[in-house]
Amino acid sequence: MMASMIWLAVALPLLGFLINGGLALRRPQAKDAVSVVGVGVLVASFVVSAAVFLELRAHPPHQPIVVNLWRWLPVGSLQIDMGFQVDQLSAVMLLVVTGVGSLIHLFSVGYMKADPGYARYFAYLNLFVVFMLVLVLGSSFPVMFIGWEGVGLCSYLLIGFWFSEKANADAGKKAFIVNRIGDFGFLVAMFLLWYSLGTLTFTGMVTKAPALLPAGGAAVTAITLFLFLGCTGKSAQIPLYTWLPDAMAGPTPVSALIHAATMVTAGVYLVIRTNVLFALAPFSSTIVAGIGALTALFAATIGLKQYDIKRVLAYSTVSQLGYMFLGVGTGAYASGLFHLATHAFFKALLFLGAGSVIHSMHHAYHATHAHADAQDMRNMGGLKQYMPITFWLMLIATLAIAGIPPFSGFFSKDEILAAAFARGETAPIFLLFYAMGVLAALLTAFYMARLMAMTFLGSNRTGERERAHLHDAPWVMTGPLVVLGILSAVGGVLNLPPFLGGGAALEHWIEPVTAPAAAFFRLQMPHGNTELFLVGAAVLVGLVGLIAGWKATLRRPIPTAADAPADAGFARVLYRKYYIDEIYDAVIVRPLVWLSRFVLWKGVDQGVVDGAAVNGTAKLSRGLGWLGSRLQTGQVGVYVVLFLVGALWILHSVVR
Amino acid sequence: MLLGPALGLSAVLFSLGVAGVLLRRNAIVLFMCIELMLNAVNLSFVALAQLHGASGYVMVFFVMTVAAAEAAVGLAIIIGIFRHKQTVDLGNINLLRG
Repeated sequence: MMASMIWLAVALPLLGFLINGGLALRRPQAKDAVSVVGVGVLVASFVVSAAVFLELRAHPPHQPIVVNLWRWLPVGSLQIDMGFQVDQLSAVMLLVVTGVGSLIHLFSVGYMKADPGYARYFAYLNLFVVFMLVLVLGSSFPVMFIGWEGVGLCSYLLIGFWFSEKANADAGKKAFIVNRIGDFGFLVAMFLLWYSLGTLTFTGMVTKAPALLPAGGAAVTAITLFLFLGCTGKSAQIPLYTWLPDAMAGPTPVSALIHAATMVTAGVYLVIRTNVLFALAPFSSTIVAGIGALTALFAATIGLKQYDIKRVLAYSTVSQLGYMFLGVGTGAYASGLFHLATHAFFKALLFLGAGSVIHSMHHAYHATHAHADAQDMRNMGGLKQYMPITFWLMLIATLAIAGIPPFSGFFSKDEILAAAFARGETAPIFLLFYAMGVLAALLTAFYMARLMAMTFLGSNRTGERERAHLHDAPWVMTGPLVVLGILSAVGGVLNLPPFLGGGAALEHWIEPVTAPAAAFFRLQMPHGNTELFLVGAAVLVGLVGLIAGWKATLRRPIPTAADAPADAGFARVLYRKYYIDEIYDAVIVRPLVWLSRFVLWKGVDQGVVDGAAVNGTAKLSRGLGWLGSRLQTGQVGVYVVLFLVGALWILHSVVR
Repeated sequence: MLLGPALGLSAVLFSLGVAGVLLRRNAIVLFMCIELMLNAVNLSFVALAQLHGASGYVMVFFVMTVAAAEAAVGLAIIIGIFRHKQTVDLGNINLLRG
């Protein structure tokens, strides 16, 4: 049985973390050993995952295989096992995490080659994979929560990887703190679940929830809304998305792995995992879909006016995650998972491609000792000529994310939009979500075309002397790009819809996982002409967006970042991200700081705790001591009198 | 037997000693008053030994020994204080005031 060996998939990266961590402390210059260990354990873990997947495919189980390693928390009636759950859903997540993870680790070997923190970087990256695997494999909420918190920790460590610059360290802290708000939701949901179901395992939840939780009741709605609060933190949805764009302060492969392909999709995974609860709470599902659609549109508009290549991709990620939530909120869990997988492919490719571009730009500026921004697209332009491989690969990813057939993103995005449209028949608000999704798709195509045009097309704006240093990355970096390019191009076959002769393989594959939800609610996907119309509309929107973005960007020459005039009007609002960070700062952070400083610190802490409790006790003892000291006159005569009085008193009471 | 007058004298001597300790401020006089109290106790021991056997006499020797030691140590302290402060008036010796 391969499935019982699933712990190996987690143990191998953990071993890698320990070895690389040791090397980081003792031999930070042993980069070859670090590379072999760091990438090797991931590939080995991928092999284990693939073996498990193949076994599941050969003998599809109807019940999840739960592998309990040891009893973790035996507290009264609360018995929590350190257990891994192998089923169709976790197998897909395993493959995505270890597969894309391996490619990104390999890319990192080239990207981080010159960094003095090389060993530390790989130690963190391996640790991240450990926690991510615990997250997707955990058989109960608490075990999943270990992974949930662990990936947050690794995200913090890697965002602030270059912590000597304050902005980077601040971005790490921001990510951590914003995520804490979401984690609070997760915890409360866990407590409520324990209170109402008496179990925290996923298998227990599936069997008990339909019987114990009334459909549409307050309990299940509260649980799912708190769970979704956790998702908005981890998966960067409104209102907790602000940390993700700042998270781009970390190394680019980190952005690709953690902040695009794997960790940020944990929220989507959580909703699919708890689909039975969301099916019982239609109100929460509508909220999930609504927040998803709103985030998709909102983030896409911000992406239109960003100049930092990574920031465009970051907002794009937020937007695409919104699509996934629109999908799972609609009840199309398979479509959400499908988009999760294809997004992992094309967004990892986009980030790694951007990483190659930044790497090249950075080298060019470094060689000439220039101090321009290597990530600002206004300083790029015409890179197609110097980096053809990167250009063509990123073009594939761009077409995929814009939803152009036959690339992978077309299928997954189309399914989500079709599901929202279909749901609109019974719940009209989903038609609005559908419209928002289509508009977001238009904007997605627009900003991606803008990104490609500004980066690769037109005339080069890097500088005369720098131009000679621009070139494609070495093969250790382009190799993973090629693999991801192939996956982005053909990823659609995972879930090829029936009207194209496919069997909707992924949808059937995870049917055992989504069956509990399907028992309550089955989404009728559109067929025939309606389906063809929806597909046509989606493709048209994508094409229009691409062409408009391309034309609008190259219409007139783009000034370099140093010469560019400040944006005015609405463009400025978009460039400043709707001032959301400033609004949060004014509405939440500053009042909280004020409250902490003047009420909690100066009032409660210094006034009550220090003043009354601590110093008050001291003052009381000192006063009593002062009173007692009045007896000590130093005059022997007084002592004798007291002594005599005492002696007489004792004598009096003894003799009587 | 003169037990009654003996105990009465002892009580008078003891009271004189107590009064001296309470009222006088010269350390030497104070010291003499303490000796007076000790010897008043001795007198009552001797008187009561007539009734209760020899242990009273034994106790007197103990008291005399302790008194001798006390006198040696006490006088040494008073001389030390005098060297230090040029006075033996207890009103001026109040280093232990709280």
